[in-house]
Amino acid sequence: MFYREAGQYKTSYADDGQIFPIRQDRYAIAVLLLVAFVVVPFTASAYLLSGILIPCLIISLAALGLNILTGYAGQLSLGTAAFMAVGAFASYNFVLRIPGIPLLLAFALAGMVAAFVGIIFGLPSLRVRGFYLAASTLATQFFIVWCLTKFSWLSNNSSSGIITAQPMQILGYTFSSPASKYLLVLSIVAVMALALKNLVRSNTGRAWMAIRDMDMAAEVIGFPPMRTKLLAFAVSSFYCGVAGALYAYAFLGTVEPDGFSLDLSFRVLFMIIIGGLGSISGSFIGAGFVFLMPIALNMFFGATGIHMPESVKSNLEQMIFGGLIIFFLIVEPHGLARLWQITKEKLRIWPFPH
Amino acid sequence: MSERTIGGVILDLRNISLSFGGVKALTDISFDVREGEVRAIIGPNGAGKSSMLNVINGVYRPQQGQIAFHGKTRHDMDTHEAAAQGIARTFQNIALFKGMSVLDNIMTGRNLKIKTNFLQQAIWWGPARREEIEQRRKVEEVIDFLEIQHIRKTPVGRLPYGLQKRVELARALAAEPKILLLDEPMAGMNVEEKQDMCRFILDVNEQFGTTVVLIEHDMGVVMDLSDRVVVLDYGRKIADGLPDEVRGNPEVISAYLGQAH
Ligand SMILES: Nc1ncnc2c1ncn2[C@@H]1O[C@H](COP(=O)(O)OP(=O)(O)OP(=O)(O)O)[C@@H](O)[C@H]1O
Ligand SMILES: [Mg+2]
Repeated sequence: MFYREAGQYKTSYADDGQIFPIRQDRYAIAVLLLVAFVVVPFTASAYLLSGILIPCLIISLAALGLNILTGYAGQLSLGTAAFMAVGAFASYNFVLRIPGIPLLLAFALAGMVAAFVGIIFGLPSLRVRGFYLAASTLATQFFIVWCLTKFSWLSNNSSSGIITAQPMQILGYTFSSPASKYLLVLSIVAVMALALKNLVRSNTGRAWMAIRDMDMAAEVIGFPPMRTKLLAFAVSSFYCGVAGALYAYAFLGTVEPDGFSLDLSFRVLFMIIIGGLGSISGSFIGAGFVFLMPIALNMFFGATGIHMPESVKSNLEQMIFGGLIIFFLIVEPHGLARLWQITKEKLRIWPFPH
Repeated sequence: MSERTIGGVILDLRNISLSFGGVKALTDISFDVREGEVRAIIGPNGAGKSSMLNVINGVYRPQQGQIAFHGKTRHDMDTHEAAAQGIARTFQNIALFKGMSVLDNIMTGRNLKIKTNFLQQAIWWGPARREEIEQRRKVEEVIDFLEIQHIRKTPVGRLPYGLQKRVELARALAAEPKILLLDEPMAGMNVEEKQDMCRFILDVNEQFGTTVVLIEHDMGVVMDLSDRVVVLDYGRKIADGLPDEVRGNPEVISAYLGQAH
């Protein structure tokens, strides 16, 4: 099958504005969704579902969230995990304190609480940028984790802030099997990814990118800088918040504030750097890569029979990440997603590049 | 110059003074712009021309003076209000959005016409999509007008300098402005590109009746294009009038002789 657009003429702007203008891409996505929704739930093992696919999807959602803020709107943030924590604890409290609240509503409200917190902590972005903004989001990170540990009401007075997520019930059905949890997570992530794709191809996305690329010109054209930046903080934190709620409800079950540490924030940041800043597919690719790399390394050493002490292995992991991040920051800021795109562009004109 | 009609004063700047710390960029400058005309601002390097445009669309706030636009007199402009009232501009140093395609850059010019909110845009189907298609149609008109169909989907960063300048003009035109502020739109272009750009500016002015305020160093271009010229030197206005009058003005000649041009 040839990957190219020759012969696929767009006869209307509606056609040209499709999400995936090239037919082969549409087929690929359709097949991917079909496999993810129909084949995987029936064939994947419980370990593959709960240990790999569910966390991968959830962390991809957080990466999408950070990518909104950092990749699209150009505001560096180290507070991703904190917003996830807000989402996790907020959803816990909504389900706990409002009997009978629909679960999806609780998740959405939790996302909104995270969005609200995001707006508050995004206010410094109106005055500072770059390094100073990163430092202020770092403060957010520590402050929120401290709050969640300090105010025991937020964790229903449990010791050291540990919460145990209630069972997930929608319309009387309890999502307890790995396959059902996976499908729930997949549906939420797919819908939110689609919504984001829509956002970034319309005026909101252009506003974010304009502010990122040249804020003075963006303002002169009429984009209000304050609204645009705060909206990016809000939507980004909403995504991170929902990811946090799913992290607690569909993945870990029991979480504590310290689980949402700076370390997690950095991992999500690495994901979007490696996957691609300002790219939706890049968020997934990066998340998958960062999440799977240690597992792949383990399997590699297992298969080859090379014996490595754990400490060496984890150091090796760090070194590979470090090297990749430097590589992508210097050579290809648009990450793996961009490399893939370049491959596709080459393929489009292959075998006659001229 | 067929149906050009030059109307009354649309923009009136009175006694504008602007300084940065100790540096006086503009001192007590007054001039006006009439509806439908091409008004040039010329002067040696550092004369304060770009600062003047920045005052007009609210990027800089003058310490003194008044700006009358659209029947309203204000002490300074607000960038957003300026854009909303129909003032668009291009920049001396290209200020395109580097990470976006030509099409998206031009689409940003239409942002003030967008009515749907971000939730509708996230849903896409329905109003947001309809609106996007509508705006796209307008943008395609601008693309046709400036003859840049072939680079529609190209990331702006990959374009040569001359084309980037043209895309920047397209972005400004997409807003359907009443007044177009152009800061050295032909700087760094070769002769052919300059000719194209001159033609575009004249076409915009004639076909759409857009008022143009133009900063340009190339005297030939200024003489050809503009109806009236204001001359700045060291932040002061030293002449104002028809191109021919200005050209013969001894003060203007000495200002330009003092400078290597
Ligand atoms: N943001 C700023 N901060 C400090 N000084 C400034 C600023 N903008 C302009 N100036 C100063 O104001 C004076 C006028 O500058 P301006 O850019 O308006 O000149 P210009 O006529 O556009 O010159 P050129 O032909 O080189 O573009 C210069 O002395 C410049 O250094
Ligand atoms: Mg200048």
